Amino acid sequence: MEFLLQPLTLLTFFPLVGVLVLLFIPSDNKNALRWTALGASLVTFGISLWVLAQFNASNVDLQLVARYDWITVAGWNIQYFLGLDGLSILLVLLTAFLAPISILSTWTAVEERVKDFMLFFLLLEVGMMGVFLAQDLFLFYIFWEFTLVPMYFLIGIWGGPRRIYAAVKFFLYTMAGSILMLLAILWLGIYGQTFSVPDLIAQANVPANIQWWLFLAFAAAFAIKVPMWPLHSWLPDAHVEAPTAGSVILAGVLLKMGTYGFVRFNLPLFPEASVRAAPWIALLATIGILYGAMVSYAQKDVKKLVAYSSVSHLGFVMLGLFAMNEQGVAGAILQMINHGLSTGALFLLVGMIYEQTHTREMKVYGGLWKITPVFGSIMLIVSLSSMGLPGLNGFVGEFTILLGAFGSKSIGTNVYAILSALGVIMAAVYILYMFQKMFLGPQGEIVDEVKKHGHGIRDLNLRELVTIVPILIFIFWIGLYPKPFFDLMAPAVAHLVGMLPIP
Amino acid sequence: MLFSEATPSGFFFLAPWLVFAPVIGLLINIIFGGRFSEKVIGTVASLASGASFIVSVLLAWSLAAGGGHAVSVPFAEWMHIGSLELDWTFRVDSLSTTMMLVVSGVGTLIHIYAIGYMHEDVRFKNDLGRFRRFFVFLNLFIAAMMILVSGDSYLMLFVGWEGVGLCSFLLIGFWYEMDTLGRPSWANSNAGNKAFITNRVGDFGFLIAGFIMFWAFGSFQFDEVFEAARTVAPGIIVAITLFMLIGVAGKSAQIPLYVWLPDAMAGPTPVSALIHAATMVTAGVYLVTRSAELYMLVPQAQYIVAMTGAVTALFAATIAVGQYDIKKVLAYSTISQLGFMVAAVGMGAFVAGMFHLVTHAFFKALLFLSAGSVILGLERGHHHLAHAQHDDHGKGRKGKKDSHHEDEVFDPGDMRNMGGLRKTMPVTFWLYMIGTLALAGIFPFAGFWSKDEILADALKEGFTGVYWLLSIAAFFTAFYMGRQIWMVFFGEARHEAAAHAEESPRVMTVPLMVLAFLSVVGGALNLPGMHTLTLWLEHTIEVHAGEFVMSVAVISTLLALAAILLSWFIYGRDPLKAGQPDPLKKPLGFLFTGMENKWFVDEGYFAIVIGPFKRISQFLADVIDWRFWHDFVHDTVIAGAYNWFSNIALNRYADQQGIDAFANWLGSATKSLSATMRRVQNGFVRSYALSVLLGVVLIVGYLILK
Repeated sequence: MEFLLQPLTLLTFFPLVGVLVLLFIPSDNKNALRWTALGASLVTFGISLWVLAQFNASNVDLQLVARYDWITVAGWNIQYFLGLDGLSILLVLLTAFLAPISILSTWTAVEERVKDFMLFFLLLEVGMMGVFLAQDLFLFYIFWEFTLVPMYFLIGIWGGPRRIYAAVKFFLYTMAGSILMLLAILWLGIYGQTFSVPDLIAQANVPANIQWWLFLAFAAAFAIKVPMWPLHSWLPDAHVEAPTAGSVILAGVLLKMGTYGFVRFNLPLFPEASVRAAPWIALLATIGILYGAMVSYAQKDVKKLVAYSSVSHLGFVMLGLFAMNEQGVAGAILQMINHGLSTGALFLLVGMIYEQTHTREMKVYGGLWKITPVFGSIMLIVSLSSMGLPGLNGFVGEFTILLGAFGSKSIGTNVYAILSALGVIMAAVYILYMFQKMFLGPQGEIVDEVKKHGHGIRDLNLRELVTIVPILIFIFWIGLYPKPFFDLMAPAVAHLVGMLPIP
Repeated sequence: MLFSEATPSGFFFLAPWLVFAPVIGLLINIIFGGRFSEKVIGTVASLASGASFIVSVLLAWSLAAGGGHAVSVPFAEWMHIGSLELDWTFRVDSLSTTMMLVVSGVGTLIHIYAIGYMHEDVRFKNDLGRFRRFFVFLNLFIAAMMILVSGDSYLMLFVGWEGVGLCSFLLIGFWYEMDTLGRPSWANSNAGNKAFITNRVGDFGFLIAGFIMFWAFGSFQFDEVFEAARTVAPGIIVAITLFMLIGVAGKSAQIPLYVWLPDAMAGPTPVSALIHAATMVTAGVYLVTRSAELYMLVPQAQYIVAMTGAVTALFAATIAVGQYDIKKVLAYSTISQLGFMVAAVGMGAFVAGMFHLVTHAFFKALLFLSAGSVILGLERGHHHLAHAQHDDHGKGRKGKKDSHHEDEVFDPGDMRNMGGLRKTMPVTFWLYMIGTLALAGIFPFAGFWSKDEILADALKEGFTGVYWLLSIAAFFTAFYMGRQIWMVFFGEARHEAAAHAEESPRVMTVPLMVLAFLSVVGGALNLPGMHTLTLWLEHTIEVHAGEFVMSVAVISTLLALAAILLSWFIYGRDPLKAGQPDPLKKPLGFLFTGMENKWFVDEGYFAIVIGPFKRISQFLADVIDWRFWHDFVHDTVIAGAYNWFSNIALNRYADQQGIDAFANWLGSATKSLSATMRRVQNGFVRSYALSVLLGVVLIVGYLILK
């Protein structure tokens, strides 16, 4: 019982309670299923707030630790080990925050096999929480791989026309990288006699030449997940085919598992290798920023445009992480949250209009702001947040990242920061292009098309507003007063940066 | 810290209300505006802006009472990470209060004017709902502009800097579904995007300047930056100031980033007056003045700034000569006048620059708003005609509007459609005349004093080249304004609409009278011998009083008078007839074609920057990312090779020879997969996962047993 009541255990596994209840609800009682899933995710969010209340940001050690021996055979020492610190708290909160929002977004969008959908979704939440809380490499790996399964089905069953292809590609691509990480984890666990991350960090005795290979092995798994250029090829497929809720979670949380992996494992476990890799990662990140922005701009499908914009945005996160100074790393962690909020919101909004029009071709839209003023205004705010307008959240993250990268000793040159700052211009180009093509200009043909089949395009309804407004609040909050968010992570970030052997 | 340590008495605590007042105004209009009448909406917005003005006055008064020492008013923490410490702190000093007064003062007048203007505009364009949106955006602009001028650090300034850019975008594309003539089109929204993106190019420069600044000085706070700047290598300061110049060129429409401003005239006229003439576009001038201590350290950079301004002043003035749209002429005139200001602050003549900024805000706002009055006057005339014709045709065609007149596209902004308006719109005419004389720099109007101070300083500081460029620009200025006056107000009406034009209502003309009054007496701000503005700004920046040089004044006045005379000779003596080409077209030949077509700069940018960017993006997206990387490498090479390999290696040998039951099972799974290998499917995962498991088992086994 004591085991079950620990805050982090409860936080991770509470969605299973929802799963359990769902199993007893008949499949055709769709609303009961929805409310149950929503309730479970809301309680989980409540638990995450309860955890936040107990969290002490000034302590850089792991907190609220739940730690038990799990598998101890043949000299192996695998533990059930959950813990929380400033590097992960925001991501945990983000996950708990986006889950109910995503479930709300499926209310009318998912009509088939609602029960299965909610089951998979809650299972996915368990997996994501576990990834961010696990402090034992083996346990982490299990959660990491576990998230693939429900996501695979979410895309494969409720996705678009090419869903099977996209789901398989997503699964295989991610798995391919994970294999290498698994090998590295096994090596570390046997070499260090423990899989516990803090213990391994404390030992700090991995020889430099081996560090490099281990770094690469971990990086392979994480870079695919981020995705870093040029390993992004699974992303547009997965995003375009996934149902709205899947896209939201994919962009909002799953991609962050990759960047989080770098912060949690690569940097502290392999500090020398990380410093050595920094210029190369910065190069790839910069290419990703510019490449993602340009490819975004050339898209005709709005969901694909948003998908590629993630390549660009996550490039900023990687650049900040490997700037390895406080500004860069703190900015990168904040930007993970920002990207989750704004890109999550973009996918939600695109989903809302798609539900009415059944097309994502931007060229058939136009002039929507006039027909749907509230929707248009919210889309504008989210777009501006995504392109980093000062006063909104995106700016705080991008600015601190670029500032950090510009003065980074690990990257060693400010050329990447300057080139990446060009990405800020390009972000305006593709975001404004999207906003213009859909919401400005003369009325597009889709408006009459929809009218033919019913009442025409309507503005947001109450449920949709409830879905999106919480995100808007954070977009403004983080943009204007990011202090509480920085305060949560600042000591942990300073501690992490202090560990790195920067020349 | 350079500001006073003791808690300053006075109204300084009100500083945040500079921003809150307009924000509250816009929130009221967003939340309750749906139930408000137009009058209430306009009043709420104007009061909000007016409250900002009152706060500005109180701040200026407190500042003067306190001896003019800069006061910083901390409000909240913003970003604190490591050595980065950024706060929301307001700065009240003589420079910022000058800007506050101009922005909120002119801003409030324009709010009031806009009540009348938008009342008609939304009716001509048939969308009454947009009245409220306009005032929401206008209030948002005031808020952003206040952040810009009252921020205590470069970064807070930057927040306002991009914020006003956003408002500019929103208001240029205010009628986003049409072009300036009201036809369905992408034109207006394109203009909005162009403004935002061009400004972002400038912001890129600003950001880089900020990064250098932070890593060299460790701060963004003005005083700390200036303090630290004295001790670092000049190379760093050159880099900072020149990157900053990119930002200035974007926001203040200087070469090479001015191209967005003429297109920005797509916005409703009050917007052109407020944002694209009086306030926002002067932000770059404010930025250089604010950074005076940095620029003063590096004469090379100063020279580049001054030349940028001077060349822009002349270049834009030549284009203005070849324009036919009443607002386009004023737009290029604005670019040109901004060039004057940038040149001034570049030379270190900060007071002259700020002086011209203030007087220009008065007379250019006046000109734009009067132009708006002219345009609406023509619209009214046009509508009047349409209705008259409608009546002639009889009432039988009720319901449908008169098709004949709807088809003919009438451009109420085209000066070729005007003529003789002094008779039909006398009030507007006189107001416009005052604005013109002030802009042309005729004694004793405001523009005379400020422009003259710039020219005199140019000679005194030894910028002879700049002096001549600006003098020629001043000649062109008087010429194109003369051309405009003759074309618009004199001669005979060249279109029926102009003949039936109607004067504008009081709510529009009264604010104009206030501005006209200021355009007449604005020079009193810094009269030679009194130097009020100089003494005021002295508290903030190191300045010296400009001297009045009689020869400079005489030369520039003679130049202006000669230009006006010349314009009369060409346009006034023998007024343009309907359909007649511009009389300059023939004698100037290709030069005039260049002026008419803005020297083909837009076309050049399209060929060199925009076109290639689009093509490269398209190439990356279609060819590299999709066809090569996605389809070929991933689907064909990687997936294909795996399928081929599993088919050969496992199916043919392992399965056929039957090593054991496990291999059997694996093989058949793979076989079923191979059958549909073109598009991979479920079985693929299973077999793959299994082979993964196999591998892991082997490796784990090896590691345990070794």
